[in-house]
Amino acid sequence: MSTTSKRMRTLVATGAIGTTMALMLAGCGARAGDETAAGGASPAASCVDTSGSTVKLGFLNSLTGGMAISEKTVSNVLHMAADEINAGGGILGKKIEYVQEDGATDWPTFAEKTEKLLTQDCVAAIFGGWTSSSRKAVKPVVEKHNGLFFYPVQYEGLESSPNIYYTGATTNQQIIPAMDFLAAQGVKRLFLAGSDYVFPRTANAIIKLYAAKLGIEIVGEEYVPLDKDDWTSQVAKIVAAKPDFIFNTINGSSNVGFIKAYYDAGLTAATTPIISVSIAEEEAPAMGHEVTGQYASWNYFQSLKTPTNPKFIENWKKYPNSSGVTSDPMEAAYISMYLYKALVEAAGSFDVAKVNAAAKTNTITFDAPEGKVTLDGDNHHISKPGHIGKINATNQFDIVWASDKVIEPDPYLEGYDWFPADIRKQLTDAAG
Amino acid sequence: MHVDALIAPLLNGSAQGALLLLAALGLSLTFGQMGVINMAHGEFLMIGAFAAYLVQQVIVASGLSIPVALPVAFGVAGLFGLLLEVTIIQRMYRRPLDTLLVTVGVGLILQQAALQIFPSQGVPVEKPAWLDGQLNILGYEWPLRQLFTILLAAVCVAALSAWLKHTSFGRRIRATVQNRDLAETSGISTRTVDRLTFFTGSGLAGVAGVAASLIGGTNSQMGAQYIIPAFLVVAAGGIGQLKGTIIAAWAVGVALSYFAYWTTGSLAQVLAFILVIVFLQLRPQGLFTVRTRSLA
Amino acid sequence: MTKPKPWLSLSGIGVFAVLLLAVAPLVLTDHWLNNLGKYCCWAIAAVGIGLAWGRGGMLVMGQGVFFALGAYAMAMHLTLETAGDRIPGFMVLYDPLAPLPMFWEPFRSAGFTLLAIVLLPVLLAGLLGYALFKRRVKGAYFAILTQALAVALATLISSTIRETGGDTGLSDFKYFFGFVLNDPANKLMVYLIAAALLIVCLLAVWQLYRSRFGELLVATRDAEERVRFLGYDPANVKLVAFVVSALMASIGGAMFVPIVGIITPAEIGAAASVLMIAGVALGGRASLFGPALGAMAVGWGQSSLGSTWPEGWTYILGLLFIVVILFLPNGLSSLPARFAAARRRPAEQPAPAIAVAELEEVRS
Repeated sequence: MSTTSKRMRTLVATGAIGTTMALMLAGCGARAGDETAAGGASPAASCVDTSGSTVKLGFLNSLTGGMAISEKTVSNVLHMAADEINAGGGILGKKIEYVQEDGATDWPTFAEKTEKLLTQDCVAAIFGGWTSSSRKAVKPVVEKHNGLFFYPVQYEGLESSPNIYYTGATTNQQIIPAMDFLAAQGVKRLFLAGSDYVFPRTANAIIKLYAAKLGIEIVGEEYVPLDKDDWTSQVAKIVAAKPDFIFNTINGSSNVGFIKAYYDAGLTAATTPIISVSIAEEEAPAMGHEVTGQYASWNYFQSLKTPTNPKFIENWKKYPNSSGVTSDPMEAAYISMYLYKALVEAAGSFDVAKVNAAAKTNTITFDAPEGKVTLDGDNHHISKPGHIGKINATNQFDIVWASDKVIEPDPYLEGYDWFPADIRKQLTDAAG
Repeated sequence: MHVDALIAPLLNGSAQGALLLLAALGLSLTFGQMGVINMAHGEFLMIGAFAAYLVQQVIVASGLSIPVALPVAFGVAGLFGLLLEVTIIQRMYRRPLDTLLVTVGVGLILQQAALQIFPSQGVPVEKPAWLDGQLNILGYEWPLRQLFTILLAAVCVAALSAWLKHTSFGRRIRATVQNRDLAETSGISTRTVDRLTFFTGSGLAGVAGVAASLIGGTNSQMGAQYIIPAFLVVAAGGIGQLKGTIIAAWAVGVALSYFAYWTTGSLAQVLAFILVIVFLQLRPQGLFTVRTRSLA
Repeated sequence: MTKPKPWLSLSGIGVFAVLLLAVAPLVLTDHWLNNLGKYCCWAIAAVGIGLAWGRGGMLVMGQGVFFALGAYAMAMHLTLETAGDRIPGFMVLYDPLAPLPMFWEPFRSAGFTLLAIVLLPVLLAGLLGYALFKRRVKGAYFAILTQALAVALATLISSTIRETGGDTGLSDFKYFFGFVLNDPANKLMVYLIAAALLIVCLLAVWQLYRSRFGELLVATRDAEERVRFLGYDPANVKLVAFVVSALMASIGGAMFVPIVGIITPAEIGAAASVLMIAGVALGGRASLFGPALGAMAVGWGQSSLGSTWPEGWTYILGLLFIVVILFLPNGLSSLPARFAAARRRPAEQPAPAIAVAELEEVRS
């Protein structure tokens, strides 16, 4: 046995040498507390080069894996917007050259690809992401390298970053209008159904707070994993709870299972209608006729009558790989590209600090297909009109409610007294 | 507590169990009888669902389309299975554990292909009008669609066991499984038997796909959610034991439903998995077993 | 089968160590060095899979479970380190008043965290392995059971959003045991630790393969009954291999967290667990270097081919499973030996050692 123990000793020694080598290097690195010291946590110098005739932009969407079913369209519409801008002469006279990356429905991959786009491809800005989880994976990386990230999907709010621009709705532009709509309909008993992840959980936390203020009783709350379609057990609970309305924050294909189980159980839009925040023109066809008559809260619908919408729809229908219909996340992605163009042209530069300074003027606007939107330079969100649509037999939405004017973004719900100030403070502290 | 609060999970769970059984039935043939671990079984289920969609594009009357889709899905998924057997599986009967990994690869390819061929959001499979409505059982309005799933599972089980027991082909399958060499010496073409067994097992996945398309979305990801539960059901039921598979599927379905009723949908999944895993630790040979040494 | 000379393998490990610890930091950019660090973490887990599956015949389809134990232990510590006295931000959202969950508290301590990374997988694998192997669960049953465990754990984490961060996972770590993670020098240190741990794991299995235990393990794989008749308990042999492989997965997971900066249930579920197997199969399950190199190759393929041709990468990965398992059951590392054998005895086909064993497992 002595030879074995000798071997073991060699082994341990070799390992120790490697580890020591690694730890020796540690002497050079910054320790907690010296972040301000030179070479500490200050972001690395940007390698973006815009001296030529082009500007490089990164697109980061899941082209494989479960979320590809939603994100492929966003990627296509980003390509379309870039092509349009290039046909019109580019940004500051520079043609857009895009680098498409696949997030593969895997949040660490989103983080890795963000780093690659910023440090290897040296893109001036990144566009994409869909799930809140993907955005939360991108956030630290884009902040570390002081890049820009444009996020095009409605989300749960309570976030802001100097390196992220949010062109989808925050809660006060989608969920609160939906709740106001329900209150106006005289809803007294509401059931919350969602997928089990950050957006539905947070959205429902906010809905519960606001419902208490509105005098709406929450008669139940159910979550099912994102990758599960079977809602039969949960729908049985909904039937038993006898709600007036269902607030649906389910995402992806699980929605199809929900609608089927709902319909199977004899629930209908006439008796127990659903209001959704993740079913748009893209998703509705996969649910067949069973989704007809249900409601959705969005800022953009294909059926909106605005000056720029017909052109947007027409261009999209002609675009290769087009799905033929337009939807809110697509339109928000389309906005994000044009908003970036407006920002850069106002700044006269692709430099992040100058772009952010241009945003601070609060004068950056775009005549979007949903109407004119204005960028809020402080929270990096945009003003949006609120709309409630009802799904008709052709899977388009009939607009049944619209906000009087555009709704200013308020990600931390500062204008709403029912949102507890201590939560807001803890959240901003934790973020800061 | 209302009586329907107790009865609802039982009925819903029975239907969930029936769907699990449909997904597991084909596996109990290919895994139980042949020892092949086909991880692409979930994708064969997906093929069945897409077949139902395509049938509905041709036969617009939805009342007829589902009855027509069932045999079509069986045939299409079966042919895919046959193709897999002829090209890959037949070279691997000597190392069954490796079939697991090969078929993982097949599953990946089929998923990605479906994502690119069909609209990425998935396609609708419309439920026929005669499945609208509910049946009142002790105060609970039981969806007819669930009854249909149970009936479909019952028909498949009956047909399969009759086929295995009473036809000469079924006898040949059983002979091959019990003693391949002897079967061959007795003049049975074991190659044909293997192919037909695999065709039937995969075809049953296609039938399960039609049932699944009436419950959830028809898209490239749908097969993935059934494969592990289906394997667990076959394992818990005891290898090559049809009645074991039936009881295990029903038990898992009902447990899942009660758990979902008492806790949350996510936790129910976890608890059901743990239940089966613990059961298999206690009784690794499954519910029923004829040959004690049949444990793989 | 002729045994390769031990010094040959050892000098191979030496060359590998020089490449990883000295050459790579000099020639690679920060981004690719960080990626290499990530592949090292997968490679560490793969070395363990090589031991359990390649040598021990246990197809461990749920290494994500043990990867998760290490990763989440580490991530909880780093999260608390970043949050300081406050409750981690994501928890505030779902219940602002509730305190830190009980099981988080001990992870404030660096010592407890390191101990947990080692002990948790050992305990769980020990318990699980004991129950399974004593009852002679093996083959496909073992594979499916372990995979089911990985699925169950991933679902559990996804559904406990306040306690574990749910599907979003844990991320945004600022410090690593007192070192600022944003500092490139510290990132290099973290990489070097991961690379050094990979070398240590390789040395450990090199030693195990040469030992009496290694021979017993292969014997158990090929003829379990005979080992039993010789007076050994195969369950114990398998248990040791399983526990060691679990420990390696946990170490890989723990290092994954500071390198990648995020851990989510998707990294531990069914797909991730299967992907870990893919690299091992590609490299050669029973060889010393095969699993590690295969895992690194798959990781690299994902980063590079996944970028240039994402849909294609999925097809390539699928085909890789099919072609390698079908035609090269002993992976790419068996190619040189195959060529040599083919040159010497063109008529004779080298019989795959694995096939016989598994045949016995299922049909016995």
